[in-house]
Amino acid sequence: MTLPGYPEAAPLAGLAGGVLIGLAAAVMLLGLGRIAGVSGIAAKAAGLGGSGIARSGAWTFLVGLPLGALLVSLAQGGIAASFASTPVLVIAGLLVGIGTRLGSGCTSGHGVCGVSRFSARSIVATLTFMAAGIATVAAMNALGLEVLP
Amino acid sequence: MNRTTLPSLLSGILFGAGLALGGMTDPARVRGFLDLFGAWDPTLAFVMGGAVIVMAIAWRVVARMRQPWLTEAFHLPTRADLTPRLIGGAALFGVGWGIAGLCPGPGIAALVIEPMSAAVFVAAMLVGMAAVRLVEGTPA
Repeated sequence: MTLPGYPEAAPLAGLAGGVLIGLAAAVMLLGLGRIAGVSGIAAKAAGLGGSGIARSGAWTFLVGLPLGALLVSLAQGGIAASFASTPVLVIAGLLVGIGTRLGSGCTSGHGVCGVSRFSARSIVATLTFMAAGIATVAAMNALGLEVLP
Repeated sequence: MNRTTLPSLLSGILFGAGLALGGMTDPARVRGFLDLFGAWDPTLAFVMGGAVIVMAIAWRVVARMRQPWLTEAFHLPTRADLTPRLIGGAALFGVGWGIAGLCPGPGIAALVIEPMSAAVFVAAMLVGMAAVRLVEGTPA
């Protein structure tokens, strides 16, 4: 299925993927009483503070992420993806690491778990990082900076 | 291995599968969503919408629970203050997200899709996290 006017969009696959992500976060919340925030869990696993589940659980959650992606990749016969060059990935990764620690979360913790809880902090954070992302892409396009092959 | 190990792994697998199925492990699709003033790709809105709907139901269930199914107590964020740190941090994160089209979940999940690129991103992210820890010190 495609959306009229947006030939690139994959709304059904997106919705199905979103439901799986919601179920993942629900398992963490209902089963273990914790927020499935990936940045906090990654920091916890790396011994850099962070929040959420105990360190061993943080590691198993993080191992699960690529495992789940691998299952989908196997089922679909590969996944298309284009990544930026190494210097661009380094700059972006540093900003994401610093920003998610200062901002106490990322797309999963704030955007999914917090927004669905109507947390004011998460709604403000989500609107802020979306606006910043949109402004960044717009500015890069205006400057003719193409980062993806 | 304890009783939280398998649920954590299951949560991670579901999460990674959802990201991959929804196209979020492809930075081009994520940047397409952020390209609101260009060739906008709304797919990410469907991913977030699906996840938020399921979690909104989960929060309703939690409100009726005394404790989680497998642990003693809920450990959930309680803060409600809007601070410059929250907004500034979210803004920095958003800039990084826009630059490469990657946030923490897809970056880690993509380790099996484009291992070298994803590893560079994840390593840089951890360095950024360590820098915050270094500057702020270890909380008491």
